[in-house]
Amino acid sequence: MTRWARIILFTSTLLVPSLDAWGELRFPPPEFESGYQFPQTTTPAARPVVYEYIDAAVLLAALSLATYLILKRRSRRAVYVLMISALLYFGFWRDGCICPIGAIQNVTLTIFDSSYAIPITAGIFFALPLVFTLFVGRTFCGAVCPLGAIQDAVLIHPVAVPGWLESGLRLGAYTYLGAAVLFAAIGNAFVICRYDPFVGFFRLTGNWNVLIIGASLLLIGLFIGRPYCRFLCPYGVLLRHASRLSRWRVTITPNECIQCRLCEGVCPFGAIREPTGDWPRGEYKIAKRRLALFLLLLPVLVVAAGWGGYTLKERLARVHPRVRTAERVYLEETGKVEGTTDASNAFRATGRTSEELYQEATAIRERFALGGALLGGFLGLVAGGKLVTLSVRRRRTDYEADRASCFACGRCYQYCPKERERWKQGKEAVAGR
Amino acid sequence: MADNSNNINRRKFLREGLWGACLGGLGAAAGLTAARNNRDNMVWQIDPNLCIQCGNCATYCVLEMSAVKCVQAYALCGYCDLCTGYLVPEPTALDTSAENALCPTGAIKRTFVEDPYYEYTIDESLCNGCGKCVKGCLAFGNGSLFLQVRHDRCLNCNECAIAAACPSRAFKRVPADQPYLLKGVERTQ
Repeated sequence: MTRWARIILFTSTLLVPSLDAWGELRFPPPEFESGYQFPQTTTPAARPVVYEYIDAAVLLAALSLATYLILKRRSRRAVYVLMISALLYFGFWRDGCICPIGAIQNVTLTIFDSSYAIPITAGIFFALPLVFTLFVGRTFCGAVCPLGAIQDAVLIHPVAVPGWLESGLRLGAYTYLGAAVLFAAIGNAFVICRYDPFVGFFRLTGNWNVLIIGASLLLIGLFIGRPYCRFLCPYGVLLRHASRLSRWRVTITPNECIQCRLCEGVCPFGAIREPTGDWPRGEYKIAKRRLALFLLLLPVLVVAAGWGGYTLKERLARVHPRVRTAERVYLEETGKVEGTTDASNAFRATGRTSEELYQEATAIRERFALGGALLGGFLGLVAGGKLVTLSVRRRRTDYEADRASCFACGRCYQYCPKERERWKQGKEAVAGR
Repeated sequence: MADNSNNINRRKFLREGLWGACLGGLGAAAGLTAARNNRDNMVWQIDPNLCIQCGNCATYCVLEMSAVKCVQAYALCGYCDLCTGYLVPEPTALDTSAENALCPTGAIKRTFVEDPYYEYTIDESLCNGCGKCVKGCLAFGNGSLFLQVRHDRCLNCNECAIAAACPSRAFKRVPADQPYLLKGVERTQ
């Protein structure tokens, strides 16, 4: 080794203050004479992966049973028992994690972050209820989801929500879904988990603010059936649209509708649709014009809402911890605030320059500009699409459960006289045997 | 009406097509993720080299008593009499009396090994993960004390509440079969 190399090596050791990097310690561990044995640092193992597979198997079994009880047995009581069991298992026993609603974010992160690999159970929890819904409707919502179950169990005096309000409030669920995907993809945050209103009840501990949100939702849920499911649940949005395409579905009557109107208004979730005829002659022309107007309005809404989302980029980006740190460091360096925070101290300890941090923050803001525009456009599309579908009249001859909104809870069965007739026949058949 | 039944057929065709596309899409997504999925679950862990002992671990965990605990890398420990992770900055005496102890919950046990060395072990049922001892040990000692998520306690939330509040981004998802990021190397004598 040349002299210069030695000097450079020596000075560089002085420049690096890190102890660990050089394997040096301030106080070298002693050489004991008393035969002292160094204890090992204990490492308690994580929950064995086999339990995750058990959870997935329980989910599959619960979904199959729910489907049988709702579509074949047509028994509200049995569905209720299954719902409470699912609440106890997935909610109180498994502490509410992982759930299909939160798994949306794991799936999103898998798509956008190449360093993240989705755990197989998260994938199963995301896909299984969707597949079931594509075949048999939202049996997951009715009998398996612990968040739905806790709200269903507290519903004592259902109050009807007018259709226009229901549709308007439902935009909340679309917003939540869009925001959850956006923040999971580029914001480094799982907002669905952060603001899960009921997980605190399952664990009997949690963040006070979120517990208060959960308690208010349960209070509202005493009178308005399943408010989270109808107006907030992001997974419910996916299930709604899957359910529209489902092969089989809940029918209020087991055979034929006799138009007795006994089931009218008994659905606490406003999912029973009345029979409709064609437009009245005079209204048809107005409706046609309205439809044309809304179809023209649709792209305008998409662009306007997309622009609105774009302008929110600065605020949206603040969800990302890097951006918050960059803003704080900027304020500190320009002398606009006194003192430092944990985050800015931690950043300085990494030894990187603030320029690098600002560049990183700018890149994240750019991503949020695109993401915000897409989120806004998506919401504009949803609102415009709703206006369009409202001005189209579907023909229905019978009382039907709405494909999208029906939670498959089985409440309406008991109000159908045809269903009662079937029970009676079934009982007689058993007695006569 | 003839055109009406046509209409229904078209709607049915669209619905069937969409249904097939949804199912196919889910299948394709499942296949793609299966190719790069992780058989093992992911769990949360603290990178001790990034941790700044801010104290959030003690307060942000969803558990009543945080799943984050201080652990001792015995191979790195200096077994000092004047342990800055165990004793308050200006102790009246180098002993086990409560007024000299830095730990707010009294979770560190000090036992005499041989002159002048003392062993420091953590009683995890008392430790609340505040990191005060870790800070003290790093500042003037060897840095053998550090914080780790203990997986016999951790609920493994989909998003760790402490990770969301961690100012130094020290929380990471790690594979469940190697769930610890330990400091130093294990040493036996």
